[in-house]
Amino acid sequence: MNAGAVIEVIVILCMLVGTAATILSSIGVIRLPDVYTRAHATTKATTLGLLFILLGTFIYFLFTHEKVSVRLILGIIFVYLTAPVAGHMATRSAHRSRVALADISVCDDLQRDLDLEQQDQEPGKARV
Amino acid sequence: MFEYIMYSFLFILTISLVIAIYRIFKRSSTTSDRVLLIDSISYIIIAMVAILSIIMDTEAYLDAILLIGILGFLSTIALARFIERGVVIERRRGD
Repeated sequence: MNAGAVIEVIVILCMLVGTAATILSSIGVIRLPDVYTRAHATTKATTLGLLFILLGTFIYFLFTHEKVSVRLILGIIFVYLTAPVAGHMATRSAHRSRVALADISVCDDLQRDLDLEQQDQEPGKARV
Repeated sequence: MFEYIMYSFLFILTISLVIAIYRIFKRSSTTSDRVLLIDSISYIIIAMVAILSIIMDTEAYLDAILLIGILGFLSTIALARFIERGVVIERRRGD
């Protein structure tokens, strides 16, 4: 087994983990009941899968072309930084625009805190 | 062998893309659902471009990864802010 075959096996393993995470997140998109749980599926699993796939691509180009691809490093860092922010913004806008939770949900702490804040801001009442 | 395995990964990613597009056009999904799914579609397309650049053995497609990533992030942020307050860019700060 020469060096090229070892690199190919490592790349295939990275790609396998990434693809499995992506298809599992798609199954979650179909099966989960409301927006917040679906956001859990799409943002976490797709980000993990994409990072593994980009890592596999980086390893491939590093060892077969012997080139350090700066664009791939930039892409990995950018996705790693921005994907959680995008998921958080989308979910927060869903909660602010009053998308209902699923029937089986048991608690909504953000709504409780928002209600408390609104009570504090009512006129005639000193803010603490 | 290596190439066929890469093609099979591409096929699985295509299935995942089709599922996301189906969920966008489903009648019962809300607008926030669609924003999240557009985000995840952009990530799936980035993954497909990366695998395609391995199959074709070229580095020319790696610019597209950065471009699609930035466009997907900005469009998600803009759509989320639009749903939240009805404006994308706030002109006046404060109360």
